[in-house]
Amino acid sequence: MSLVSEERTARADHLSGFAGVEDYWALLKPRVMSLVVFTALVGIVRAPGDIHPVIGFVALLCIAIGAGAAGALNMWWDADIDARMDRTRARPIPAGRVEPGEAMVFGLILSGASVLMLGLLVGVLAGALLAFTIFFYAVIYSMWLKRATPQNIVIGGAAGALPPVIGWAAVTGAVSLEPLLLFALIFIWTPPHFWALALLKKRDYERAGIPMLPNVAGDDETRKQILLYSIALAPLGVAPFALGMTGWLYGAISIVLGALFLIFAWQVYRKREGEAAERTAKHLFAYSVLYLFLLFAVLLGEGMVR
Amino acid sequence: MTAMAEDKGVVLTDEQKKSRKRRSLAIALVLTFLVILFYVVTIVKLGPGAAKRVEAPAISVIA
Repeated sequence: MSLVSEERTARADHLSGFAGVEDYWALLKPRVMSLVVFTALVGIVRAPGDIHPVIGFVALLCIAIGAGAAGALNMWWDADIDARMDRTRARPIPAGRVEPGEAMVFGLILSGASVLMLGLLVGVLAGALLAFTIFFYAVIYSMWLKRATPQNIVIGGAAGALPPVIGWAAVTGAVSLEPLLLFALIFIWTPPHFWALALLKKRDYERAGIPMLPNVAGDDETRKQILLYSIALAPLGVAPFALGMTGWLYGAISIVLGALFLIFAWQVYRKREGEAAERTAKHLFAYSVLYLFLLFAVLLGEGMVR
Repeated sequence: MTAMAEDKGVVLTDEQKKSRKRRSLAIALVLTFLVILFYVVTIVKLGPGAAKRVEAPAISVIA
């Protein structure tokens, strides 16, 4: 083989021609996307008024693609720190299967397409909210807050809290108190959820140089903040019932789930040493996912039988 | 001279060719899905009376 051919073959090896469909799918952060779709669906179902099922499906699809696009842009920007963390080093970019530039273009195209589709086929307000969500997650959170402040996930949580508002706006063309309550619920839920994880992955975050609360303010302060946010979260979870927006079933379940959340957070606050401390953080993290899922599942159920 | 004659451009490995084929197939499926979706959304947006012929307005004849 000639020198020229060898050189070209080497270049072909260097190109990320090995990326499979599953790698591009992974760029969309499918687990985050499923939570986004679920909460957006709750916004769509609970909104007053009718939406044609096909248009409702388009709205959900656009919200899902938009969330995935934001995930791809996040992976492009954070490829350097993803490579330093155990939890993320197998992602397509740090693993070398997808070139950073490809992920960026992929994310930008999907962002533009999802916003345009949602704005033109469903509603302008919903499209604008999706554009703001993608911008907030990719630029405000990923590019700025994440590496700058331990309040990163507190403020950045707004991006994850917006999908039910977008779903609501897709049906009504407006935003009212109920979707804003759902927004507040996810917004206040985010810090205790992520700080429980941050307590467990403190070394990972330290290696990556991300100023998570346990790394900056210490474990004790983090446990205190988790408890304070949980104290705010429990009544907020009951608020939709207290304000007459839901039925008794949601009211009862939200009280029980909120009380359990407080118990788990109290355990995290109390147990500060050794394996027991780690176990309580693990329990809170797992329970926080279940808590949000169950609350939204009841909201969805009540909305469907209305 | 020989080097130029044997130059076949970028040579992909079998694995890369397989990946490219799978990616192309996925793009084709997504595009087909979008064509169908836009067609269905257009019909939905036009509404149930889209297929009906518009009746000419009645003209009253003054005798």
